[in-house]
Amino acid sequence: MTFFRELTDKPWLTEYVPLELTETKAESNELPAKTALKFFLVVVTVLFVLFTITFLSRSQANDFQALSGEPWLPFTDASQLWINTTILLFAGVCMQLTVFFLKKEQINRFILLISCGCLLSCLFIFGQINVWQQLYYAGFALTENPANSYFYLLTGIHGLHIIGGVLALSYVVFQFWLKNNKKRLLDNLTLCTVYWHYLFVVWLFLFALLTGNTATYKSIALFCGF
Amino acid sequence: MAISIVIVLLVIGSLIFHYVSPWWFTPLASNWGAIDDTINITLWVTGVVFVLVSLFLAYVVFRFQYNKNRRAHYEPENKKLEGWLTAITALGVAAMLAPGLFVWGSFITVPDESDVFEAVGQQWHWSFRLPGDDGKLGRTAIQLISERNPFGLDINDPSGQDDILILSNEMHIPIERSVKVLLRSKDVLHNFAVPQFRVKMDLVPGAVTYLWFKPTKIGRYEILCEELCGVAHYTMRGHVVVDSAEDYQKWLSEQQTFAQSMALPLGDLDKGRQIYAGCISCHGPKGEGNESLNAPRLAGMSSWYIKRQLAYFQKKIRGTESNDTFGQLMSRMSTLLPDQSAINDVAFYINSLVPDEAEHSSIGDLVKGKQLYSTCSFCHGEQAQGNFAMNAPKLSGQHDWYLSRQLKSYKNGTRGNHPFDLYGSQMMLMSRLLHDEQDITDVISYIGTLDKGLLGKASLSKGSLPKSTLPKGSAETDSSDTASLKKSD
Amino acid sequence: MTQTTHTAIADQVDDSHHPQSFISKYIWSQDHKVIAIQYSITAIGVGLVALVLSGMMRLQLGFPDQFSFIDPSSYLQFVTMHGMIMVIYLLTALLLGGFGNYLIPLMIGARDMVFPYLNMLSYWTYLLAVIVLLASFFVSGGPTGAGWTLYPPQAILNGTPGADNGIVFMLISLAIFIVAFTMGGLNYVTTILQARAKGMTLMRMPLTVWGIFVATILGLLAFPALLVSAIMMLFDKLVGTSFFMPAILSLGENIDYKGGSPILFQHLFWFFGHPEVYIVALPAFGMVSDVIATHARKNIFGYRMMVWAIIAIGGLSFVVWAHHMYVSGMNPYFGFFFATTTLIIAVPTAIKVYNWLLTLWQGNIHLTIPMLFAIGFIFTFTHGGLTGLMLGNVVVDLPLSDTYFVVAHFHMVMGVSPVMVLFAAIYHWFPKVSGKFLHTGLGKVHFWGTFLGTYAIYLPMHYLGFLGVPRRYYAMGTTDFIPESAQALNASITISAIIVGVIQLVFVFNVIWSVFKGKKAGDNPWNSTTLEWQTSQTPPVHGNWGPSLPVVHRWAYDFSVPGVKDDFIPQNVHPDQVIMLEKEDGAEMVKGAENEEGMQNNKSGDIT
Repeated sequence: MTFFRELTDKPWLTEYVPLELTETKAESNELPAKTALKFFLVVVTVLFVLFTITFLSRSQANDFQALSGEPWLPFTDASQLWINTTILLFAGVCMQLTVFFLKKEQINRFILLISCGCLLSCLFIFGQINVWQQLYYAGFALTENPANSYFYLLTGIHGLHIIGGVLALSYVVFQFWLKNNKKRLLDNLTLCTVYWHYLFVVWLFLFALLTGNTATYKSIALFCGF
Repeated sequence: MAISIVIVLLVIGSLIFHYVSPWWFTPLASNWGAIDDTINITLWVTGVVFVLVSLFLAYVVFRFQYNKNRRAHYEPENKKLEGWLTAITALGVAAMLAPGLFVWGSFITVPDESDVFEAVGQQWHWSFRLPGDDGKLGRTAIQLISERNPFGLDINDPSGQDDILILSNEMHIPIERSVKVLLRSKDVLHNFAVPQFRVKMDLVPGAVTYLWFKPTKIGRYEILCEELCGVAHYTMRGHVVVDSAEDYQKWLSEQQTFAQSMALPLGDLDKGRQIYAGCISCHGPKGEGNESLNAPRLAGMSSWYIKRQLAYFQKKIRGTESNDTFGQLMSRMSTLLPDQSAINDVAFYINSLVPDEAEHSSIGDLVKGKQLYSTCSFCHGEQAQGNFAMNAPKLSGQHDWYLSRQLKSYKNGTRGNHPFDLYGSQMMLMSRLLHDEQDITDVISYIGTLDKGLLGKASLSKGSLPKSTLPKGSAETDSSDTASLKKSD
Repeated sequence: MTQTTHTAIADQVDDSHHPQSFISKYIWSQDHKVIAIQYSITAIGVGLVALVLSGMMRLQLGFPDQFSFIDPSSYLQFVTMHGMIMVIYLLTALLLGGFGNYLIPLMIGARDMVFPYLNMLSYWTYLLAVIVLLASFFVSGGPTGAGWTLYPPQAILNGTPGADNGIVFMLISLAIFIVAFTMGGLNYVTTILQARAKGMTLMRMPLTVWGIFVATILGLLAFPALLVSAIMMLFDKLVGTSFFMPAILSLGENIDYKGGSPILFQHLFWFFGHPEVYIVALPAFGMVSDVIATHARKNIFGYRMMVWAIIAIGGLSFVVWAHHMYVSGMNPYFGFFFATTTLIIAVPTAIKVYNWLLTLWQGNIHLTIPMLFAIGFIFTFTHGGLTGLMLGNVVVDLPLSDTYFVVAHFHMVMGVSPVMVLFAAIYHWFPKVSGKFLHTGLGKVHFWGTFLGTYAIYLPMHYLGFLGVPRRYYAMGTTDFIPESAQALNASITISAIIVGVIQLVFVFNVIWSVFKGKKAGDNPWNSTTLEWQTSQTPPVHGNWGPSLPVVHRWAYDFSVPGVKDDFIPQNVHPDQVIMLEKEDGAEMVKGAENEEGMQNNKSGDIT
C-alpha cells in the first residue's frame, strides 16, 4: 500500500517529494464523495458486524429459538423473503442500468429505470413489512424470543438504510433538476448504485444469518469461540 | 523558571505525601500477599519513571529557557536513542506484567480443596447459602423467589434440601481454609468486595461468577458493593466474619437448612392471640398502639418484620442504648416470649389484626415531604406498604410520633448502631438525608397521607407461598400472609 | 490517495458560498471556521454545566449531609451527567468538532471542508443531541443516574433514578450525537485525504492533523458500537425485548425479561469506550506536539516515530477494551490477553512522552501560556499514564478497580491532561481565531490555578483509592477500615475542586475580554511554520487563502534550521526564498545535521 510506504518518508528532507511529481499525479484523484462513501460503508459494515456478534452471542442462550429448522417455524419456508430478495436485486440492476443509460444519454430509459429503482426499493420495504405482519400474526411477536427481536431489529435497520438511500437518490435527482449538472448527476448516481449493491450484499448476509437454524448457530458460535 | 521549581516541588511533595500519609491499604487478612507484592513492584517501577521523567522535564525547561543569543538545536530524529528508549520501556513493562499475569493465573485457579459458599446479591442486601452436607448447591431460578423461598431454590432438587440458608447480611467462614465464593445476583449488577481480602468480582444476573481467597486473620470484615446498583448502592454492606474452627462450627449448627425453613409453620392464630394478651396493655387489643405508653401500632405489620424485631429485642441487639428507655422496656418484655414458635405465632397473629384508621397529627409540607419520600419509596414502596424483598417494613398507618422517634433514633445512633443490627445500619445512612426536624415532620406528614385504602394489607410482595415449579404465567395476585393462608386452607 | 490532491472546493474560489447576511454568516454558516466556533461555544457551554455538576458532587463528598438539595438520586444523576457530558459532549465535540473543524482545512491548505453543507448539518445535529440531553433534566424523574457507563439492567430498572424517562433521553441523545459525529467524521477524513494543498504529503502534515485524522477514524469505527448498544437497550427499555436483560427481579417483583446478557452490553460499551479515550487523547497529543515545537523553537523530535505511535495507539486501542472489565465477571482468561495488550500500548505512549521531552531538550523554550499548559500536560499525562499501568496490570486492578484510584486515574489522564492541551491550544490558536491575544496575566492565574488545583484534587484522591473507598458512593458512613482522617482528605479535595472551578471563570472572562480589548496579534504571532499561520488575513476570511492556494515545500517543523536567518521557515516558503545567514555559521550547520546521514546535503540543497 502506498499509504504505508509513504509513512516511512523522511519529511524533513525537503527534496524527497518534488513538486512536479505531486502535480502530475493529481489527475488520478477520485471524487471526495467516493472516499466518503467508502468510509461510510465501512462504518455501516462495523455496525452490522457488531449486531451480528451480539446476535451470535445471544443465540447461545437457552431461551433462543431459531426461526427455521422445524416445519412449524416461519423461515423453514422462506419464499416470501426470497421474493423480497429478488425485488432488491432488480432494484440494484435498475440502478446499474440507470448509470449505463445516462452515460449513453438515453434520457427516457434513464427516467424509466430510475423510477423503477426507487419503486422496487420501496416495494422491498413493503415486502419486509409484510413479512413482519405475517410473523406477528403467526405468533412470532417482537418480544417473544430474541431471534424474533433480532429479525425485526436487523431488517428494520437494513430497511432504514434503504429508505436513507432512496432519500439520497431523490436529493441527487432534485439537485440535477435545480442545477442541471449532468457530470455531477452521473458521479452521484454511480455512488448511489454502489450503495444499492452494498445493501443488497448486506441483505443477503442478514438473510442467511436470520434464517439459520439452531445447529448452524451452534457451529458458527463454536467456530468463533463464544 | 517558576514552572521548573514547581514541578520539582510537586515531585518532592508527592513523595512526601506518599511516605507520610496515613492513607494506605488496610492490613491484609487473606492469602493474597502476592497481590500486594505486585502492587509494590508496579508502584516502584512507575514511581521511579514518574520521578525521573518529571525531574528531567523540570531540568530541561530550566536549562533551555529562552535566550535570544542561543538557537535551538536541529535534530529531526535519533534512531539509536529512540530504539534504546523503546527497549527499556518494553523491559520495564514486561517486568510489571510478568508477575501480574502469574498472580492472575493463581487468582482464577481455585484450589481443589476449597470450601464453597454462595453470596447472593439483591438491591440492596446480601444473603448467603452453604451447600450443606452433600457439598452441592441446589438449583435455583429467579421465578421461584418468594417470601417463603427467598433464594429461589427448586423444591424438587434433592441436592438443595440440605443447603444452609443465611438470610442475613453476615456470613461466617473458618480461618485458614481457602474458600470459593460463588456469586449470584437476583436483580442488577453488584460487586462482592472485601478490602482486607484484596479481591473482588461482579455479580451478574443470569450468570454465576466466582472468586476465591483464604482468610488468615480472625475478625469481622465489611463487604462492600462496588458496582453501581441503584439509589441505595452505598448502603449495600454486609459482613464476613472469620471465625476459628470451633466458633465456626458453633455458628454453623445454629443455621437452618432449606428443608427446615420450608417446614416451619406459618403460625397459629389461636396461640398467637393467647400470647398477644400479654401485649395488649400497651399495644392495645387491636394492636392500635398507644401514644401515652409509647407503644407503636402493630396491627397489620408483616410477620417477618415483627419476628426480626422481637428477636433483636430478645438478643439485646435493639433496646440496649442507655437513652432508649422505651426500647429497654420492650427488650425486657420480649423475654416473656419463651421460644421461636411463640414469636412466630404472635407475629402471625399481629399480622392478621386489622387496624382502625390512624389519626395523623403532623402538619408538614406535603410537597417537600413527597420529595423527601421519593428516596424512601424505592424500598418502603410508593404507598409505604413495605416490601419483604427489600427488608423494608410497612410505614403507612403507623403513628407519626413513633416514626418521628425512630427516625431520630436512627439519626443519632440510638437505633441501628449495634453491629448485629444488620439492616439498621442502612437506615442510619438513609436517615441522614433528613437534615432537620422539619424534614422529619414533612416526610412523616406525607407518609400519613398514604394509608388510605391500604389498611390491613400487610405487604404487596408477590407470592408468599412456596412454589414448587416454575410459574407458567405471571398471573399472581397481591396477597398478604393471611390471605395466602386462607387460600391454602 | 496518498498523493497530494485537490478538489473543486480546495481549488476554486467559490463565490456562491460567500456569506451575505448575518444569519448565513454566523448561524446557518457553512464556513468551517464559523462551524468550529459554534461547536466550541456549545461544547464549552455544556462543559460548564458539567463542571457545576461535579462541584455539587464534591460538595456532598467533602461535606456530607450539609446540603439538602443533594440526595442519593440527584447525586447519581450528577455523576452520570457529569461523566457523559465531559467525555462525549465536551471533549469529543470540542477536540474534533471544534479544533478539527477549525484546523484541518487551514493546516492542510484547503479552502474548506469538502462537504461544507454536511459540516453545517453535523453541528446542528450535535446541537440537537445536546438539547435532548439537557432536556432530560426537565422530564419527570430527571436525568438518568445509571453512571456514565449506563450498564443494564440497572440503567433501565426502577431503583435507579431516571429509569423511566432520563435513560431514554440519554440513549436518544447519544444516537443523535453519533449521527452528528459520523457526518463530521466522514468530512474530516475525506478532507484530509483529498483536499491537501500541493506538496502536502501525508508525512508533511502537522501532528495535530495526524492526531485528529486517526482519532476520527477511531471514532468512525468505535461509535457504531455505542449506537448498537444504545439501540438494543432502547428496545429492551421501550419494547420489552431481552437483549441485555436476564430473568431478574426488580425491587422484589418478577419482571418479564429472560435470557439476555448484561456483560454483552459491557463488551459493546467498552469496545466503544476505550477507543473513545484515544479519540480524546490523540488530537490532544497532536496539538500539544505543535504547541511544544512552536514555543520551544525546535523541530518535533522523532516525527516519524510520533506518527507511527499515533497509528499504533489507534490500532491497539481496539484490542484493549476489556481491561475495563477485569472484575466484571467475564471469562477470567480474557484477563491475560487484555492485560498484555494494555501494557503493550504503554510503549508507543511512552515514546510520545520521551519525544516531547527530547523536543524540549536543547530547544529555546519560550514560557508562554500555551507552553506552560503544554508542560503541565506532560507532567499530568505522565502521572496519569503511569497509574494507568497499575490499573492495566490485571492483578493490581483487583483491589483498586471501582475505587477512587480509578476515578483519580482517568481524571488525570482523560480529564486534566486533555483539558491542559485544550487550554494550551486555545491560548495558542486564539490569536488566529480572533486576531487578538488572550491576556497573559489572567492566563498565568488561570494556568497556575488549574495546574496546582487539579493536582491537589487528584493526587490525594489516589490515596482514597488505596484505602479502598468505593466510587459512586453517595456517602461512606462509618466503616472499620477507613480512618476518620479520610474525611479531611475529602474535604480538602472538595475545596481544591471548587477553587479550580472558580478559576475557570477567569478563563471565560479572559476570552470575552480579549475578543474585544485584547492585544492585537499579527498573522503569525508565534512565528509558526504551519499553514494556518500563513493566511493573508487574520482571522482568515471565508475561503481562507485569497486568490491562490498555498503550495507546500517542506514539513511542518523547520524551526531553527542551521544556517537560516530566521529560526523558522513556514511550510509554504519556496527553498529559493529562504534567507540565509552569513558564512561563518556554516560550522554550526554541520553540527546540527550530524545525526542524520545525508540530511546535510539535503538541507544545503534546500538552502542554497
